[in-house]
Amino acid sequence: MKNDQKNARPEPADEAPDVPGFRTWGGIYGFAFAVFVAVVAALTLFTRAFA
Amino acid sequence: MNVIDWLVLLGTILGIVAYGTWRTRHTDNLNTYLKGNSTTKWGTIGLSVMATQASTITYLSLPGVASENGIAFIQNYFGLPLALIVVCAVFLPIYRRLGVYTAYEYLGQRFDQKTRLLGAGLFVLQRGLQAGITIYAPAIILATVLGWRLDLTIVCTGLLAIVYTVTGGSAAVNLTQKWQMAVIFGGMVTAFVVLLTKLPADALHIAGAMGKLNAVDFTPDPKLRYTVWTGILGGFFLSLSYFGTDQSQVQRYIGGARLREGRLGLMFNAVLKIPMQFFIVILGALLFVFYQLQPNTPVLFNQVQWQQQVAGPQGATFRAIEEKHAVLHADKQDKIRAWVTAHDSGDAKAEGAARAALSAAQKASLAVRNEARDTLQAADPAAKKTKDSDYVFISFILTQLPHGVIGLLLAVMFSSALSSKAGELNALGTTSTIDLWRHFRPLAAHDEARNVRVAKWLTALWGLFAIGFALFVSFAENLIEALNIVASIFYPALLGVFVVAFFLKHVKGSAVFWAAIAAQIVVLVIFFFGKAYPAWEIGYLWLNPIGCAACVLFSLGLQAVMPREVKPSSVSEP
Repeated sequence: MKNDQKNARPEPADEAPDVPGFRTWGGIYGFAFAVFVAVVAALTLFTRAFA
Repeated sequence: MNVIDWLVLLGTILGIVAYGTWRTRHTDNLNTYLKGNSTTKWGTIGLSVMATQASTITYLSLPGVASENGIAFIQNYFGLPLALIVVCAVFLPIYRRLGVYTAYEYLGQRFDQKTRLLGAGLFVLQRGLQAGITIYAPAIILATVLGWRLDLTIVCTGLLAIVYTVTGGSAAVNLTQKWQMAVIFGGMVTAFVVLLTKLPADALHIAGAMGKLNAVDFTPDPKLRYTVWTGILGGFFLSLSYFGTDQSQVQRYIGGARLREGRLGLMFNAVLKIPMQFFIVILGALLFVFYQLQPNTPVLFNQVQWQQQVAGPQGATFRAIEEKHAVLHADKQDKIRAWVTAHDSGDAKAEGAARAALSAAQKASLAVRNEARDTLQAADPAAKKTKDSDYVFISFILTQLPHGVIGLLLAVMFSSALSSKAGELNALGTTSTIDLWRHFRPLAAHDEARNVRVAKWLTALWGLFAIGFALFVSFAENLIEALNIVASIFYPALLGVFVVAFFLKHVKGSAVFWAAIAAQIVVLVIFFFGKAYPAWEIGYLWLNPIGCAACVLFSLGLQAVMPREVKPSSVSEP
């Protein structure tokens, strides 16, 4: 079935994230991953401190 | 609840609904109706994704679960940030490039119509049933505690969601979810602050000593439900299924002004989701401490049904349990004080002995709570429909918060119910229109006005179905748990179809179609085998990688032995 989306328009496959401090999406993903690792590490320390 | 609470509750809920309906009342463009306003920014998308995932159960029940079982549930979300990175990098750009309205439309372009119908059918089946539960689960708790009529609570909540979802479609859902999340954040933070003012400085240490703060568990035992490993691996596949293939989520992020907005909206969730859930479970752990230190903590928090029995013919039995609990509770408080003294003294030996005594007191108290629960359920089978932990947070709200804040917290519960409900109805209406109705009426695809009309009608019909189903399930016991399990075992095969679509370019429609059905059977066999032989039962999160891997492997095997198909020519491969 053909898509009839009228407002669809081509967009760059990998446009810049336009976020201060990040030039590529790889940098954004790396930041999200680093936050994840930091959160798990913090939770591990939290468990050791209180449990 | 007094007049102020009612004003806050009704003003907040009706105000947001009226605002969303008014602002989107002229939505007659199919793209806006199904994908939302084309100017939507990443912040709105991020909040909308968060609001759709977090239902009332998250805010009402999760603090109670943490209060009862500790905060280990947080590990369930460990795979979520990783999955969102994959969705951002792989799924979203393809959906945007192909300009699809639904995730299953992509399957039709990549494979064939039968695979698209399989994906859409699985989604509609499980989400349609879930839609009833989304209304029913909070309604039965709030109706029980507040003395409201259950059927009226269900009907009013459902109709409110229908009104603005039908009127403005995805644009209205995005708009209202933003404000509903503001109410939710405001209310939860207020409750947290009030709770903190009622706790001693060493509340966290007490919670830890009583086993409620084990946030991470590295034990490599597949039978344990929540460990770091089940969270990362099982949670990754579960989140990938949910965010990448469930239309209720896909619909939230495929719109927006640019690809960037959807990506940043998802990254917003990747960064904030675990901290947000930690905030909710730590609230539960602190609620546990609060009730340990209260002199008159009830044996069960479902006091409405409990007090009915106390006043009934079996009242003597229930009062005897209350007296037993009161003695054990007082003894436990002595043990807590003894542990705090030993802990503050820095004497490790004394602290260990005090902790062991406290643990024994906790076990004795828990045994009485279990006896109370069994006795209540035997006397009143209606009590089986909910867990006592569901009543912990609402009890705190109604008895400890000032008037006005009570209304705000009830607005939190209804806002979360409406936001997740609206997201579901929006997705069901869209999938039914694009993947099912247009499949059988291909010529109507070019009539935009008719498509919008049909989408509105189908959204309304799904809403009415959800209300009807919620009214029906009030007669069934444990159906919520059963349906949650049904939903979780349908995801893996569907994810496997999408993984094949994205990464295995040579696999064609027939191979993946039959592979998905075979993988679904494998998941069902593992699940029911575990139920029949509990010694072999595995944590349900493991079904996600197993089912997905089975679908991928079966697809490869079948493709190797099946005759080659002619691939549809209109699809640009990733």
